[in-house]
Amino acid sequence: MTKIIPVGPYHPLQEEPEFFQLHVDGENVTDIDITIGYNHRGIEKLSEARTFDQSAFLVERVCGICSTSHPFAFVQAVEDIGKIEVPERALYIRSIVGELERIHSHLLWLGLAGHFLGYNTIWMWAWKCRETVIDILELISGNRQNYAMFKVGGVRRDIDDNDIPHYLKLLDEVVPALNLFRGAVTDDPVIRARLVGVGVLSREEAVSYAAVGPTARASGIAIDVRKDEPYAAYDRIEWEIIVTENGDVYDKVILRVLEMLESVKIARQCLENLPGGEIDANVKEIPPGEGIGRHEAPRGEVLHYVLSDGSNMPVRHKIRAPSFQNVPTNKVAAVGETISDAAIVLAAVDPCYCCTERIAVIDTGGDRRAACGDELIRLSQEKTRRIARRMGREIK
Amino acid sequence: MKEILGKMKHKLGVKVLDIRTHSPARIYVELDPADIRIFASFMKEEGVRFSTATGIDTGDAFEILYHFSDDGSGKIISLRVRISGRENPCIDTISDIIKAAEWIEREIWEMLGINFKGHPDLRRLLLPDDWPEKVYPMRKDYVLPEHERVIVENDETTKQDTRNKEQDTNNHQ
Amino acid sequence: MNWKLYSLLKSPWVFHLSTGSCNNCDIEILDFLTPRYDAERFGIQLVGSPRHADILLVTGAMNRKAAPLAKKIYNQMAKPCLVIAFGACGCTQGIFEGSYAVAGTVDSEIPVDLYIPGCPPRPEAIIAGIARLISSIKEKKE
Repeated sequence: MTKIIPVGPYHPLQEEPEFFQLHVDGENVTDIDITIGYNHRGIEKLSEARTFDQSAFLVERVCGICSTSHPFAFVQAVEDIGKIEVPERALYIRSIVGELERIHSHLLWLGLAGHFLGYNTIWMWAWKCRETVIDILELISGNRQNYAMFKVGGVRRDIDDNDIPHYLKLLDEVVPALNLFRGAVTDDPVIRARLVGVGVLSREEAVSYAAVGPTARASGIAIDVRKDEPYAAYDRIEWEIIVTENGDVYDKVILRVLEMLESVKIARQCLENLPGGEIDANVKEIPPGEGIGRHEAPRGEVLHYVLSDGSNMPVRHKIRAPSFQNVPTNKVAAVGETISDAAIVLAAVDPCYCCTERIAVIDTGGDRRAACGDELIRLSQEKTRRIARRMGREIK
Repeated sequence: MKEILGKMKHKLGVKVLDIRTHSPARIYVELDPADIRIFASFMKEEGVRFSTATGIDTGDAFEILYHFSDDGSGKIISLRVRISGRENPCIDTISDIIKAAEWIEREIWEMLGINFKGHPDLRRLLLPDDWPEKVYPMRKDYVLPEHERVIVENDETTKQDTRNKEQDTNNHQ
Repeated sequence: MNWKLYSLLKSPWVFHLSTGSCNNCDIEILDFLTPRYDAERFGIQLVGSPRHADILLVTGAMNRKAAPLAKKIYNQMAKPCLVIAFGACGCTQGIFEGSYAVAGTVDSEIPVDLYIPGCPPRPEAIIAGIARLISSIKEKKE
């Protein structure tokens, strides 16, 4: 008999409320229904009543973790309308902030993935290491989140050349921690047993759902806006796209860890080769027309479409966040897995989750039973312990 | 990319109404709404990734831009269709050809009221269940209802402030 | 003093509720549990169920779809309990004021005891806010 487990809207998998209904037969997930909209704030409509300068602040608040990604894509869309040339130094600063954000976002994800598996050590380590990255961002922008660095035609704040050695030193501190995580994931048999072959998103499915970012790259699709359509400083430095082939959760973890190391490389090169000069093109007017801007956010391609009629406000501003494409892939990735694996599979596309939850188990036969607490996480952690015990290890 | 445009002209040349190249990487192709399924199938065959769709209210009609990303060359081809008539705008769904279009069609349906014929699951995506029927927030003539504008009750000053701000917002639109 | 209120002051358990925020506040709330800020040394703990919680920490601009759920969750909490509106949006709707998708402020839906402004507030601000709330209740009771 199929039962429905409602997960959410306030549930263990993410900070943003989203409502998954897992249709389960015994232990196995047979179908999944996704309801969103608990976080809808009507930003596209609000943006039509804001000037181009104000909209950059507004889109920063589309998603707090991607608070450079959306302004990044938005300013590029507006620059596309007016074919505005951005000064070299501003391009480098944009890339630095973008890559630092990628590191902190992936660390955040890694920590929480560890938490779900029962490895709270990884959670604490990852978030401790993340503080160093946040420190650099705070030194550069003046805020821990919502950096307000972007404006049409350049950036708002300059990087002081005297501070660069200090930033490089802080970046160096991050690298050993990242290598530690790489070792912790690749060498640990229990993590392998929990993640290899779990929640597989095949290449074909990833293509048909038009998945983007790490979700697509873990399934062997080598797409990355930074390489495909180079912008900012990404074509001026050496770096590589990381691609893994299997599409399971393990590959997604490895991919993100390797991507962070690559991001450190990019940020380091940008800081070392930061050119001099202006940081702002001083744009006075936006001509009528339409423009599209893209940025590779930590979760994948962000696309902004802006239509201007020559006034100081956009007529239409469309925002496409990567999770809009990636979350529906859960429909194939989670189906066929067990409930205890559902927690990590639903989280693997990185829909930024946290520890607020409340789940209820409803028997469709009419008998209603509410299970409060971290049911999903508990199941997941129990499975990790079971596997560890079988391997002769003990996890507290 | 040139190649794809060339192929498109060759195969569907009669149906292409207009091609506008804004910059080398941004190409806008205009077509008749009746042909959208043919073009969607063509794009899928060519292996161009569907990125998203934008619904625009132009005042007397609606436009939908289907953005396709050609990842090999880093270019974006946007297919533009114009749907006339405000009363009952309608277009064929492409979600059975391109699975990824399912959510965005639901969003355009609830935000602009454009009906997608043949969509398998046309339910609300973002708006609450008690949102009134036939009210579409992304249309330009949408005005926040009077009683919604008052945020704090029993406070004359706040009430006035909020209302003024709302009117400003609507005037700008 | 009420027994629950007494124990609440010793070790407040927090339930975190996001009602249409941009995630920044939510990250900072998680951040204050991690090694650098380590709120657990003050007995502050995040819990998974509103039934277990003493403090409801509400972030975000009260989205229309989330507002009835927020009320429901507030009603599920054992009373007396405290409510904190967190971040600029939680206090005043912030940048999202005037949107069709926003129902009201947090305090138009549920009674609020403390406001922590900021976009987002730093983790220190949460600790300071909770400490100040607790000390003010202590003073009132004594």
